[in-house]
Amino acid sequence: MLKDAARKFFTEHFPTDKLHHMVASDTNPERMSSAAWDSELWQQMVDLGWTSLAVPESAGGIGMPLVAVAGLIEELGRAAFPSPLLPTLNATYVLAACGGGGDAALAEIAEGKTASLAITNRQGSWDIADTDVQCAQGKLRGTAWFVQEARKVDRLLVSAQTSSGQGLYWVAVDAPGVTVAPDAIVDLTRDQAHITFEDVAAEEVDSDGLAVLAKAMPAIWTLLAADITGAAEWQLQTTVEYASTRQQFEHPLGYFQAVKHPLVDVMIMIDQCKSLLYNAACAYDTEPARAAETAHMAKASASETAAFASSRSVQYHGGIGFTWECFVHLYFKRQKHSQLLWGDAAWHRAQLADLLIGVVD
Amino acid sequence: MSESARQDTPEQAEFRQFCRQWLQANKPAAPNVRLPLSPLEIMTEPQMTYLQAWQKSAYDAGLVGCDYPVSVGGGGRTDCQRVANDEMIRARTPFMPNVIGLGMAAPTVFYHGQEALKEKLLPRLFSGEDIWCQGFSEPGAGSDLASVQTFAERKGDKWVINGHKVWTSLAHFAEWMILLLRTDKSHKYEGLSYFVVPIRSALGKGVTVRPLIKITGETGFNEVIFEELEVDDSFRLDELGKGWQVAMTTLLHERGAGELQTPRSGGMKSSATHATNTANLIDLARNTVRNGRPAADDPLLRDRMMQLVIREQGLAQNQRRSRVSALQDHPLRLQLQNKLLASEISQDTAALAVEVEGASASLYLGDENAPAGGQWPMAYMNSYGMTIAAGTSEVQRNILGERVLGMAKSK
Repeated sequence: MLKDAARKFFTEHFPTDKLHHMVASDTNPERMSSAAWDSELWQQMVDLGWTSLAVPESAGGIGMPLVAVAGLIEELGRAAFPSPLLPTLNATYVLAACGGGGDAALAEIAEGKTASLAITNRQGSWDIADTDVQCAQGKLRGTAWFVQEARKVDRLLVSAQTSSGQGLYWVAVDAPGVTVAPDAIVDLTRDQAHITFEDVAAEEVDSDGLAVLAKAMPAIWTLLAADITGAAEWQLQTTVEYASTRQQFEHPLGYFQAVKHPLVDVMIMIDQCKSLLYNAACAYDTEPARAAETAHMAKASASETAAFASSRSVQYHGGIGFTWECFVHLYFKRQKHSQLLWGDAAWHRAQLADLLIGVVD
Repeated sequence: MSESARQDTPEQAEFRQFCRQWLQANKPAAPNVRLPLSPLEIMTEPQMTYLQAWQKSAYDAGLVGCDYPVSVGGGGRTDCQRVANDEMIRARTPFMPNVIGLGMAAPTVFYHGQEALKEKLLPRLFSGEDIWCQGFSEPGAGSDLASVQTFAERKGDKWVINGHKVWTSLAHFAEWMILLLRTDKSHKYEGLSYFVVPIRSALGKGVTVRPLIKITGETGFNEVIFEELEVDDSFRLDELGKGWQVAMTTLLHERGAGELQTPRSGGMKSSATHATNTANLIDLARNTVRNGRPAADDPLLRDRMMQLVIREQGLAQNQRRSRVSALQDHPLRLQLQNKLLASEISQDTAALAVEVEGASASLYLGDENAPAGGQWPMAYMNSYGMTIAAGTSEVQRNILGERVLGMAKSK
């Protein structure tokens, strides 16, 4: 099974001390993000076919269901692995939701090219209708913000306003007129940038970007929920281990219910989140009418889980948990990033309420 | 085809087909009495008679006790109870009245009783002819169950029992009780033993059953007093001093984490039934006016209702995921959460409904202006029965922290 293979792969090749050594060598709070990653290991992942898992068979990929891909991403999150896998999968789901116009781009992904979504505006709006990029006469102008793993990808899938609505465009990162400006971010395991387009010639993959994004976003929320779930399980197990070894008042910390019970609540939240995300993945694969509803539930649950698991992991490590040398900060920062990416809990619940109760006029 | 049906063994597939056909032809008609929300709240003879008749017919057809050996009145099948349960729930049959018998007494007697005792007790337990109750808690032994003081004193090959059990659901209908008591006062855990004792046939002869009034004003459970009740040594389960281990078998099955699947049936709607779920909560919010608009338009209430919808769905999906072994981290991790989550979600749902009702939540069952007949405030008060009974939420969190996460045992 893919999930087991992924767990084995990350455990063998990417222990947490290796991650810390790779991404946390510079402690300066005013540093630029390093975007460090293990490109050799990445090549092995590409060779294993992981980047083309979600590419439909018709476009040269493996066409694996989302429920299986989610298992892989859960393991990626558990390892907090820095890579362009998640954004590439996100772009894949958007391209696959285009009616055939995305096939050439999908074929590039099947061959090993990586990509990221450039669909967010300066305010970081989670509404797919908001973009600061325009397209006129086949040329893109404007800036896309909060682009994930921008320095690790080859291609961008850009959402831009057009005279007739909103279109989606496939652009090479190194195309003339594209400027990648890295952000200095909290999360050490990812990188992010804002990208400016100055009259960039772009290939339109779909002219109805809103419909395509609406169809694909549930997959994107579900995969991020999977990343969060895996990372939260690492936080839980690491904190439980510490609470079982660290002694105070002649007892291990976990003896005290003020520590034990909230850690049980972390486990409960992880399990809810995990069950909800596999439900969302199944719905995406087989019951598209329920995809949005179930994915809103999964990401709302995941955002709450990310926040609570992170908070408890640092708090229960006590003084050492507040230091740079203790590994929990890597996950704390990754989770804070994930919690707020593609919609926080309250936003997803508001969308869910509109679906289940109805929109308030 | 349902997800579980797709994974059926040939035996399960054939049995599923049988259950489906039998239920189609034999599902009982709706009763002409109001059914309570759960079997633990059965109050009247007509309710009990209707439900016992249903359990008997399901047992006679082979849908109850499927995985127990034929010699003790079971079906002799392999992992088929879950199939019968799937199909009964799908068919929305009434629930079975002998819940404590099926869920707790049967596996306990089966794993710890002598062969002759099993043959004597289990068939009438499965058929629902004998209703069972559970004698664990006492006035001085709640969460600290091992401190029970009910005492059995040896007298030849008989035992003489004195003591006081409380919160005993269904005792007013019960023929039998599973009873945790003390046979040695000098050791807390090793001094415990476990018996099955007759209740109805011993009323007035060493056994008294008295109703306790709940916080809501309803009756629903009882206290049971033993005064010089004499029972045979053959009613003892397992060895003397092994009562605690036997009680663990009971509790594991009560929490849905035991080896044997509990027969489960249910879903039949009763006209006056008002389930504590988020669908009813949202309905309430739609029909409640707040500041001149439906309460369902209020963004804060919407957010809180969605939090509950998500938790409720999370629990339902936990149950679905627990059937896929590749998606488990620990065999008991999801099962041991069930009772905790179900009780807390339903409590929080009722609490929010009471808030949505606002001032009208002050109106109770006897008030003609009470929204939903006053059932939300009642459900809210009743919900504490769920978070306290069968191991409080605090004890459940200890169990999860210790047995699943492996943290040090709290005192």
